[in-house]
Amino acid sequence: MSKTFKLDGREIPFETGQTIMDAALAAGVYIPHLCHNPEFAPHGSCRVCLVDIGGRQVSACTAAASEGMEVDSCSESIQETRRAILQMLFVEGNHVCPACEKSGACQLQAVAYYTGMLAPHFTHFFPRRPVDASHSDVIIDFNRCILCELCVRASRDHDGKRVFAISGRGLDSHLVIDSPSGLLGDSSFAAGDKAAHVCPTGAILPKGRGYETPIGERLYDREPISIVGDVRAHEEEVV
Amino acid sequence: MTTNLETARHPETLKRVCIEPLTRVEGHGKVTLLLDEDNHVKQARLHIVEFRGFEKFIQGRPYWELPVLVQRLCGICPVSHHLAAAKACDRLIGVDRLTPTAEKVRRLMHLGQVLQSHALHFFHLSSPDLLFGIDDAVAHRNIVGVIRDHPEIAMQGVLLRKFGQEVIRVTSGKRVHGTGALPGGVNKNVSLEERDLLLADIDRILDWAEKGVQLIKRIILTRPDFHYRFAAVDANTLSLVAPDGGFELYDGGLRARDPQGETIFDHADDQGYAELIHEEIKPWSYMKFPFIVALGPEQGWYRVGPLARVNNCEHFHTSLAEQERQDFAAAGEGRPLQAALATHWARMIELLHCAEAIRDLLLDPDLQGTDLRRDGRLQTTGIGVLEAPRGTLFHHYEIDPDGLVTRANLIVSTTNNNQAMNESIRRVAADDLDGHTLTEPLLNRIEVAIRAYDPCLSCATHALGKMPLELELLDADGQRVGRLVRHADGSIAL
Repeated sequence: MSKTFKLDGREIPFETGQTIMDAALAAGVYIPHLCHNPEFAPHGSCRVCLVDIGGRQVSACTAAASEGMEVDSCSESIQETRRAILQMLFVEGNHVCPACEKSGACQLQAVAYYTGMLAPHFTHFFPRRPVDASHSDVIIDFNRCILCELCVRASRDHDGKRVFAISGRGLDSHLVIDSPSGLLGDSSFAAGDKAAHVCPTGAILPKGRGYETPIGERLYDREPISIVGDVRAHEEEVV
Repeated sequence: MTTNLETARHPETLKRVCIEPLTRVEGHGKVTLLLDEDNHVKQARLHIVEFRGFEKFIQGRPYWELPVLVQRLCGICPVSHHLAAAKACDRLIGVDRLTPTAEKVRRLMHLGQVLQSHALHFFHLSSPDLLFGIDDAVAHRNIVGVIRDHPEIAMQGVLLRKFGQEVIRVTSGKRVHGTGALPGGVNKNVSLEERDLLLADIDRILDWAEKGVQLIKRIILTRPDFHYRFAAVDANTLSLVAPDGGFELYDGGLRARDPQGETIFDHADDQGYAELIHEEIKPWSYMKFPFIVALGPEQGWYRVGPLARVNNCEHFHTSLAEQERQDFAAAGEGRPLQAALATHWARMIELLHCAEAIRDLLLDPDLQGTDLRRDGRLQTTGIGVLEAPRGTLFHHYEIDPDGLVTRANLIVSTTNNNQAMNESIRRVAADDLDGHTLTEPLLNRIEVAIRAYDPCLSCATHALGKMPLELELLDADGQRVGRLVRHADGSIAL
């Protein structure tokens, strides 16, 4: 008989070594997340998957599941913390959903809807970040980067290229590209790279395309992310 | 053709009356009047007071975002910006001919847009002035008064607009700010279910559209002297026309005529608009003043919109609208009608045409086609021109080799009408206000003149806003001698 823990009152079975996130997703229970992707080592940086275990808040993607633990993932206080984290992500960048190609199929937008975030609340930073359209097949819109490092991990761990890295510290943290000019077009990046298909927002997108899926048929138009799942699971449909 | 009321010689000695904001127009503007001691008008100007700067902040954005991004200029006519930008993007990717399905879906979307915008303007914004008279009590002269006194007209207005919005939803996914048009085509066709949904209402829509034309014709012809004189200014006209000279909203050649109806240019390629139209900047307005290059900035200003289009075209290709156009043309007795209020008549003829054209298009099987997009080679310049509800709309973009916008120029319909609106309010100021003690009904005449053009001030300057109306009358020393406040509930306080 496998071991179990309680997630919002529901018994979740797990194997030794599984995280709370792994076990929950395997059991079909959604915990909102952005930087987590089961194909890559847990990162724990976006903090959207915060859960409460006996008054202690931990990220579900990095915390190991243990026998008998009681995990709270959907209380109002947890959702409020998640909303505040998401609001900060929205104001740090320039997330113009009304005009974004990814709108309707964006994990950041879908998670924000899931947590009940209706407005950014905080003052927008309005950073000036130019678009890098130097590559022939892919553009990078740094305005939409949330520093989840999925592209960094995918390029390093899957593609074996290390095209991306995070430079700077704190508020100055930003995505950089390994090329003499700093431009994507001068790097070894290719449209077929795994790193081109893991972005949870609209920061890395195919070039010259957008809005091809009619409104009403986009990934999250009919059902929420808790039912539909991550963008990566539907990559072929949304690209 | 122009009056001498744009700039007074000694404004420092004059008293100033300000109408701010203009009401029952889209967007935010004001009118200032400068009067001497005897209330003679010495200066009258329509100002657009805010600035949004879309042309600047789309620089650096990828071109394929433009149709979805720039439609946010406006909540009333976003489809016009969506499609003008899409037409410009077609050129940017080297496509000059769409698939039949794509072109017809776009045309259908545009017809729905013009229909809903005209219904909104005529029934919601202007019908109170037209049904009750310009001098009617202000508490009554509004859409609530129309609902109370003429519920059937108000309901038809609301449902006509709703139908137009449904056409937009079916073709772009949303009633406001959809995503239907892409560079080189569209992202969806019209299914048989969607077609049948719209066809189910079309007979009723046609009936109401016809009644709308009869209503405005009756109003105008009941007092023709007043309606033909009020705010009338002789203007050049500019519009697109079909290759056969017929009425055209989506794609055609540019036609400009002088006030007598003589040709200035005809069937001009819209890609060469910059050779034909230049823009002048004046220090007192955020809105530019376009003019026909061949005539120069003083004489080259022109009118666009329903009045210009119906005057300029030789026929409608739909039968009911064509019958109405013939009545309209007969009223001009051989000359283009120059009466500002005849714009409402022209607008309702266009609304009828849209309803007829939507019916005809809905029966076209090309709408169910699956060949939606074409592709070509990337170019550096893209120009898209169409007839928005308020008139000719120009979108012009330049991009770098990576596909990012380096320069944009938008000449929107209301900007094209800038000088014509200014001349109309000067005509009203000279005819109706000059020498009189100003009252609310008199000042409303200024607004009625502007309303006839259905200006979208937010499009024109890319501004938005809503504020209560407050008028102050100052004497030559700057002392306040009168004040008028219109509250949100329509009540007036002195």
